[in-house]
Amino acid sequence: MTTALIRARGLTKRFGNFTAVDGVDFELRRGEAFGFLGPNGAGKSSTMRMIGCVSPPTAGELSIFGLDPVADGPGIRARLGVVPQEDSLDVELTVRENLLVYGRYFGLPRSVIRERSDRLLEFVQLADRQDDRVEPLSGGLKRRLTIARSLINEPEILLLDEPTTGLDPQARHVVWDRLFRLKQQGVTLVLTTHYMDEAEQLCDRLVVMDGGRIAAEGSPRELIERYSTPEVLELRFDPAVHENAAEKLAAVPAQRREVLADRVLLYVEDGDAALAAVRELGLDPLTSLVRRSTLEDVFLRLTGRRLED
Amino acid sequence: MTAQTVPGGPAAAPPAEPTARPGPPSAWSFAVRQLRFWLTDYRRTWRGSIISTVLNPLLYLGAMGLGLGTLVDKHGTASLGQVSYLIFLAPGLLAASAMGTGVGESTYPVFGSVKWNKTYQAAVSSPLRPRDLFHGHLLFVGLKLTMTSTVFLAVAVAFGAIRSPMAILALPVAVLTGLAFTAPIEAWTVTRTKDTSLAVVYRFGMIPLFLFSGTFFPVTQLPVWIRPIAYLTPLWHGVALCRALCLGIATVPSALLHVGYLLAVLAAGIIAGDRSYARRLYV
Repeated sequence: MTTALIRARGLTKRFGNFTAVDGVDFELRRGEAFGFLGPNGAGKSSTMRMIGCVSPPTAGELSIFGLDPVADGPGIRARLGVVPQEDSLDVELTVRENLLVYGRYFGLPRSVIRERSDRLLEFVQLADRQDDRVEPLSGGLKRRLTIARSLINEPEILLLDEPTTGLDPQARHVVWDRLFRLKQQGVTLVLTTHYMDEAEQLCDRLVVMDGGRIAAEGSPRELIERYSTPEVLELRFDPAVHENAAEKLAAVPAQRREVLADRVLLYVEDGDAALAAVRELGLDPLTSLVRRSTLEDVFLRLTGRRLED
Repeated sequence: MTAQTVPGGPAAAPPAEPTARPGPPSAWSFAVRQLRFWLTDYRRTWRGSIISTVLNPLLYLGAMGLGLGTLVDKHGTASLGQVSYLIFLAPGLLAASAMGTGVGESTYPVFGSVKWNKTYQAAVSSPLRPRDLFHGHLLFVGLKLTMTSTVFLAVAVAFGAIRSPMAILALPVAVLTGLAFTAPIEAWTVTRTKDTSLAVVYRFGMIPLFLFSGTFFPVTQLPVWIRPIAYLTPLWHGVALCRALCLGIATVPSALLHVGYLLAVLAAGIIAGDRSYARRLYV
């Protein structure tokens, strides 16, 4: 058995009467990309802050590098990189000065920071903006700078709290690409997200969180196999007949049927066969789509709710 | 401790070595790291800051000391201790402007770091702890107070407002006076969530103190019942001691009393700030 890099047992965080994280267990191994997937308010960020040693756990055990986050906070944080949900760059300073200031927090000599900044600015494609002030930069550029900043101490674990929330699709893909490269380089990634595509793209293993608890754990593929079917048939009907059609669909053989406000989802082995069966019933959907199952379906199955609502 | 090498993991991992020095560095070195941040930050604004540092004593000593002073001196200076108004005023202003710097540094810059820019939140993700951020800022304010008070004293000397070489000791007293405001106010500022409450510090705190702590006229001119309030304010102690030193009439017991009072306020502020910084930043 290898030693876990991060290990939580019954980890709990309460704010007054509100329980944000309700006794979660998880273990992380070196080199993996681990995700916390869940909707807003699931307890993901609170868990991340406890791992980041800036939020003392209310109860339970947590160890990072085998150390106690409360007693050994400075020692652990020296080996972590953190990309917080909200940008916390110094917008008055330049891109490069942000890296300098942050590197100094880790006690790094100027020459080391300069050399690493060159490399990191190249890595996040900000070298041509290095002497610009941060304030006017776009959200995507700021995010990339935040990622560069989090790497200045060459961390063993990189914590990313909702790394692409608020970014446009193009900017998200750039961030994903950079994170994927880091993963290839062997950096342990821990990230929270409420985007299932982000979790599928980046995570080797993830836990689905809801209401402060872990609902399921596994690789994206395992979770989909365990909690969903290979294919999903999505049907959209005229709102006038939506209810009626949804009831009639009970006659179509499917593992599961989800009736959403605007669509009906049928979880089946073979989507095309199911669509043929629907037509045989005399139903005429406005649109129909056969697709693979995703983590969104897993989440819906586990919690009865959609992720991005 | 976990092994540093990756057991069976990816081979060429550049971030393999932890970059922190072995063992926790001393608390002071952490605070100095935060001091460096403020010095970097100050590089943006130092020009404007220097100009106001020099202009401030020039304007006050010119307008109040010389201008108003001519009128005051015509009516006799017995209540001022038989010195001209300029000589009476200069050490009071030295302490009061230290208070102004101390209050200014402890409000908006701190609020901005915790609320607007969130650079404090970023900093506590590094090895630094909340109290290191606090102490680092106090060090920066201490340096800034040393600079502004030195300039103030130099201008006062140029105005002929300083009588005794003992005035050099008024420099650390002014710095201490400023810090006695910075520490407790900063301890409070870091807990704030709205910047509107900061204006209260100026309106109901600093301005009344500025006017009624013996800076512009002796506290003995105030009604008897209100004088004890003046004696409780840190500014009065700073003003009284700076004045005694600049006039060369300070005695050891009274100096110890004033310094002791200011140190006590500073210490209480540091204890309060150590707690409030942690409460705000470790949630």
